[in-house]
Amino acid sequence: MIEIKNIHKTFGENHVLQGISAEFAEGKCNLIIGGSGSGKTTLLKCMVGLHEPEEGSVIYDGRDFTRMNFATRIEIRTEIGMLFQGSALFDSMNVEDNIIFPINMFTNQSHKEKLDRANFCLERVNLAGKNKLFPAELSGGMKKRVGIARAIAMNPKYLFVDEPNSGLDPKTAIVIDDLIQELTTEYNTTTIVVTHDMNSVMGIGENIIFLHEGKKWWEGTNKEISSTDNKELNEFVFASKFMQALQKK
Amino acid sequence: MIFHPLGKYILLLKAVFRRPEKWNIYRKEIFHEMVSIGVGSLGIIAIISVFLGAVTTVQTAFQLVSDFIPKSVIGMILRDSSILELSPTISAVVLAGKVGSSVASQIGTMRVTEQIDALEIMGINSPGYLILPKIIAAITTIPLLVIISIGLSITGGFFAGTASGAVTQQDFITGLTTDFNSFTLTVCMVKAVIFAFIITSVSAYQGFYTSGGALEVGQSSTKAVVISCIAILFSDYVIAQLML
Repeated sequence: MIEIKNIHKTFGENHVLQGISAEFAEGKCNLIIGGSGSGKTTLLKCMVGLHEPEEGSVIYDGRDFTRMNFATRIEIRTEIGMLFQGSALFDSMNVEDNIIFPINMFTNQSHKEKLDRANFCLERVNLAGKNKLFPAELSGGMKKRVGIARAIAMNPKYLFVDEPNSGLDPKTAIVIDDLIQELTTEYNTTTIVVTHDMNSVMGIGENIIFLHEGKKWWEGTNKEISSTDNKELNEFVFASKFMQALQKK
Repeated sequence: MIFHPLGKYILLLKAVFRRPEKWNIYRKEIFHEMVSIGVGSLGIIAIISVFLGAVTTVQTAFQLVSDFIPKSVIGMILRDSSILELSPTISAVVLAGKVGSSVASQIGTMRVTEQIDALEIMGINSPGYLILPKIIAAITTIPLLVIISIGLSITGGFFAGTASGAVTQQDFITGLTTDFNSFTLTVCMVKAVIFAFIITSVSAYQGFYTSGGALEVGQSSTKAVVISCIAILFSDYVIAQLML
């Protein structure tokens, strides 16, 4: 479980996160949603230590990440897998090397063990046999799947996913969403997904936090989200004509 | 105004020299960078060195109008100016353009495409992993390039001088071998090592703190070259003042 308490983050004059507290349960897909500029990605980056919050704590199973230094954070970081919005694959490495990179750095496994793990991860994301391709040779959806394969290479306890469906067609987006949900259940990870895609919200949102103007505005499940009377959330959820038509039905 | 970036640069260097996670992975990266920086720059260094030597010889001969000065001085001037200034400094300025822009744009692209964030998330000391191998590779290969540059510069000068009739072979060789002070080579190597460190660390700093997109990567690359060149020339003066 991950717990965040009273997170504040400011960039210059802009108070992006204004005292956000929440709990993210393990074995569940926890979604952070909100409009552009609402602070979703900033919150995610504060949680993984890419940004330092001015105030507040991020607690991983009782361990206060915000109070740790670089050396002690490594223990938690090796338990984290993250899929970035642009996949963030290492351009100079092929698919296989991208996946075994963290294993190389933090374990003393034999070459065969590392290859077996890479092949297992690639099979898990339906990309078996694509080991020697370079990121430049992959489609957007394939890059996301390789990103997921790399994120699960170290058997993470915590999985962070930033905008998994951006730039993908609806069909591929559903494949990625399903994969994230399957992995969450399979490995019992604490999964946190930042998204503004309503398909993801309705499909995998077991616990949803809605951010608005840097504050936690609403919390609930995908079953509760369509019947809420929260004005800002309704404006977000039913922004598209498709969702408006569904609401009328 | 200068203190903020200087402080960030020093903090970055502190992170660069933190103990590596795994030496054997760093070793591979160092060899890879040695090939990229050293072997990859051999061609351009060879070309500029030959022409530098040739031009220095021809121009020195042109300025020697007095009959009281022996022609062998041309060889001596070429030797000392190649060792002390032309080879280390001009090579460093050229390498700041070639290696520096490459380092800044490579690291800058990794920054804007979140690859550096990915390294951080994995628990890897990204400044160490990305910058340390480049610095070690540069401070080992650039002095070797400078030695090759000295040799080629003198060779270029020899051929240009003798072919144009500005100096005889005998005079040139006499000049080369007269009054050689081996301390000039020490100064040359000190310069080469310091310039190598400046090129890689300044360029890596510019790349590492890039924010934005492709445009900003280009700007970082340009800044890396400009600041490296200025730092090279400034440290060139300081080394000359301190050591000579």
